[in-house]
Amino acid sequence: MQIFTCPFCGPREETEFHFAAEAGKHRPEPAEEVSDADWADYLYLNDAPKGAAREVWVHATCGEFFVMTRDTVTREITDVTALPGRDG
Amino acid sequence: MSGWRLPSGGGIDRDKPLGFTFDGQTLTGFEGDTLASALLASGPRILGRSFKYHRPRGLWGMGGEEPNAILDVTGPDGFTPNARATQMRLRDGMALTSVNAAPDAARDRFGIMDLAHRFLPAGFYYKTFMALGWMRWEPMIRRMAGLGRVDPGHHPAADAVPMNARCDLLVIGAGPAGLAAAKAAAAQGRAVWLIDEAGEVGGSLRWRGGQIDGGDWREFASETVKAVEAAGGRVMTDTTLWGAFDHGLYAAWQRREGQPDRHWRIRAATVVLAAGAIERPLWFANNDLPGVMSAEAALHYLRLYGAVAGRRILLATGNDASYPVAAALAETGARVTLADARADGPNAPEAVELLRGARLTKAKGAREVGGAMVEGGHVGADTVLVSGGYTPSVHLWCQAGGKLDWNAGADALVPRPGTCSMAVAGAANGGFGLQHALEEGHRAGTGTGRAPRAATTGDWGLIPMRPDPTLKGRQWLDPQNDVTLKDVKLAAQEGYRSVEHLKRYTTLGMATDQGRSANFAGLAAMSAITGLSIPETGTTTYRPPFTPLPLKTIAGLRRGELFNPVKRLALEPQHRAQGARFREYGGWLRPSVYGDGEESTLAQAEAKTARETVGLYDASPLGKIEVIGPGAAELLDFCGYIRMSTLKPGRARYGFMLSETGIVHDDGVVFRLAEDRFIVSASSSHVASVRMILEEARQDRFDPRRSYIHDVTANWVTITLTGPRAGDLAHAAGLPDRMLALPHMGVAEGLWNGHPLRVARVSFTGDLSYEISVPARHGADLHARLEAARAAHKGRWIGLEAVMILRAEKGFILVGKDTDGLTMPHDLGWGGPRDKRKDEYFGRRSLFTPEACREDRRQLVGLVSEGSDPLPVGAHLVASDGPRRSLGFVTSSHVSPTLNRPIALALLEAGGSRMGEALTAFHLGETRSVQVTPACAFDPEGGRLNG
Ligand SMILES: [Zn+2]
Repeated sequence: MQIFTCPFCGPREETEFHFAAEAGKHRPEPAEEVSDADWADYLYLNDAPKGAAREVWVHATCGEFFVMTRDTVTREITDVTALPGRDG
Repeated sequence: MSGWRLPSGGGIDRDKPLGFTFDGQTLTGFEGDTLASALLASGPRILGRSFKYHRPRGLWGMGGEEPNAILDVTGPDGFTPNARATQMRLRDGMALTSVNAAPDAARDRFGIMDLAHRFLPAGFYYKTFMALGWMRWEPMIRRMAGLGRVDPGHHPAADAVPMNARCDLLVIGAGPAGLAAAKAAAAQGRAVWLIDEAGEVGGSLRWRGGQIDGGDWREFASETVKAVEAAGGRVMTDTTLWGAFDHGLYAAWQRREGQPDRHWRIRAATVVLAAGAIERPLWFANNDLPGVMSAEAALHYLRLYGAVAGRRILLATGNDASYPVAAALAETGARVTLADARADGPNAPEAVELLRGARLTKAKGAREVGGAMVEGGHVGADTVLVSGGYTPSVHLWCQAGGKLDWNAGADALVPRPGTCSMAVAGAANGGFGLQHALEEGHRAGTGTGRAPRAATTGDWGLIPMRPDPTLKGRQWLDPQNDVTLKDVKLAAQEGYRSVEHLKRYTTLGMATDQGRSANFAGLAAMSAITGLSIPETGTTTYRPPFTPLPLKTIAGLRRGELFNPVKRLALEPQHRAQGARFREYGGWLRPSVYGDGEESTLAQAEAKTARETVGLYDASPLGKIEVIGPGAAELLDFCGYIRMSTLKPGRARYGFMLSETGIVHDDGVVFRLAEDRFIVSASSSHVASVRMILEEARQDRFDPRRSYIHDVTANWVTITLTGPRAGDLAHAAGLPDRMLALPHMGVAEGLWNGHPLRVARVSFTGDLSYEISVPARHGADLHARLEAARAAHKGRWIGLEAVMILRAEKGFILVGKDTDGLTMPHDLGWGGPRDKRKDEYFGRRSLFTPEACREDRRQLVGLVSEGSDPLPVGAHLVASDGPRRSLGFVTSSHVSPTLNRPIALALLEAGGSRMGEALTAFHLGETRSVQVTPACAFDPEGGRLNG
């Protein structure tokens, strides 16, 4: 059972969290200019890296979305940062 | 029967005999016995049958490694299937039954399977029965295989308490290495948790004994326990550390005398693994005969229980550790022959016949040991004890991600330093012998200064002992699953050389002992056959649990009502007082109908009343997600399919929320209370996910300072009045006139009787409806006021079953029931925004894929059917003639009491263009004629909305 650290609440057990997205994935839009292939790529294709990963997770109990940097092999978590929002 | 009991000695109380039975035979043990020690001293040798060939099986070991003595136990605590006899304490009146034997272990009728062994090589079942059709054979094979029986009447109490704990240092195993580690750490003031599977600390010291720092080991142990407790730590015996999990989580199963088990989740800053080692068997012909036992276990039973394994004992070994065992057994008066495979070794213990350079090649006897062959000569023996070396217990190390290295001196795979954050000490590390254990433990506990000193030093002089493919006769590697050396040879011939393939092909190591006694043998055998080294051959993956534990311990208190607790209505007592029957709907416990009688009849009557006068229902679970702030409107526009920024304050609008794949995720009404304040009335089972969609967009796409999302669903009680007399009832209950005068899709809030009130004119039934919401603590007051006025207006409380009928009559959908994982809004007749919206919204692009644009998508329709019975939900719609291909299916189906006929909703291919078409509904071989209609069956003009 991993422990993730919510930037808002602090360390909590992994069952309180959900994976949201791979970080840095850009939503292609407006819809009129996005090909079927690009949209399918956005919806369904992830890198799912073995090793270092940057991901967006949500702490379901408080609703905070944040970027987590972790290693998918060693399970080590090296950084958690609140989302930058539109200004970031 | 060859085991016997010494007249004195051991930790049992000979003044307290305990009666028990084994397969119906009456036996006696003593207070302090385990099932295994009592059976060894007084019981039969054959305790069970093997899994595949039903060969007789006897006691092998002394702990969790026991592969054979697996029993079904009926005792004072109820029924326990597949208990390891080595790990359960004997209680008076226990009834023990052998497993995998019919009628019992001594007379098993499937023993004939053994005669067929040459026809049952590894992979036999796969090859033969897959070819002949597994489905036909499986029931017969299952009857013959398997271990203990399941007692369907056995419902153990949900009483295993889950406990969470933290400590500075967790020491796993309280043998010499664990004790030394704990003592060193406690001396530095660290909070140490010292855990052991046995009933007392000491580990192998308990039967091997020893002097530490000039005194008996028991002094050292009790000083350690005192020091640990004084430093704020804890010593737990009868506790199995069964799993190592991510981020330093360890799970432990604590057994308590006369009290429920506890299940510990321990987070430790540091961990010392001092789990010891398990003695390996030896491989010779018929090495599975009852009466062949681990030498270490024989000493264990002698010292702790005064139980001697036999009277004429042959001990075969390749190490020094067996010499004290032979000496101790000879002291009891048993005749002991020690066959050492090595040419050199320690001096012969007193009264022990020592054969040097002597290898055991065969055990003799039909059903149990009656002699043995050593170096071509016969040795008389009723018991054969063996020691093939020791396998370090590295399970938890590997579970935690650690890797292994080959240590030739220990002749074992040992933890590779640096591959796991645990420290390892003693026999678990290949550090055999008391002095090694104490020194390694001391170091692992970060002890400074001199380590505790043992009176004896020295190594065990281990030489590698291996299965010999040139020996005649069957050599058993896995006695529970019946894997022989020949099976490994066969696997190698057929190309299953990877150790993971070997395991799956032969089932080697897959028995309940988790391969503790078998895996090394398999590895060594494969290595000998392929010529690869043991490290090159590899090891299988270690997974929790280290020792099987009852599922009820893991489940803890989360069973029954607490397994997935329902959400409960604030007004549940009031509904119960009115005779409501409750059922779970989307996680909420809600009234299904009110009163006594058949449920569907009651629901019909309730729905009819609601159409004729007025029905009242508790709508509190409807989502109430407040979205507040200057950015609220743009946030809702993006997240929703239907724009809400154009909604005027005081008005409500029906909308959808899609997933990014364009699939309808939820539907519901959005209220705009002010320019910058909305309430999203998500459907009751989707509140959490709708909130997450909103939150993700708020934080990831917009300026999070411009809006705020607040789920207040549980803070409000909502009662809905629906029917022609809803307004009259609301008026009689004293609701403000300005709220009664609201137009359809109007919403207003204010103060009422000193507390907030919100009234909305939205309708889930097609009739005039008022949704009345008050803070939950005022719910009882609202209920009382409505109740006082109800009878005069012929009102009736209606349950969810009636509401389902009313909404189905109108063709109003339930997302997830009338939609599936492919349904898009235009499939429901809501194509407008898809055609007209030019701004970006969640899921938009997905509504224009080739799939989303297909003409033959399944669309929502209504169905009229012949007869008076409703159609079965799930019935497939097929063409009335031609090929029977499913065009769709029935999603909701009721009898309408108002229309006096069945009604149904369905998803149907190109349904929108099939109005009036005749189809056939097909269900479980029966067919009915149906006609396609619009989804709305009742009041399509909407005239009743205004009463
Ligand atoms: Zn949080």
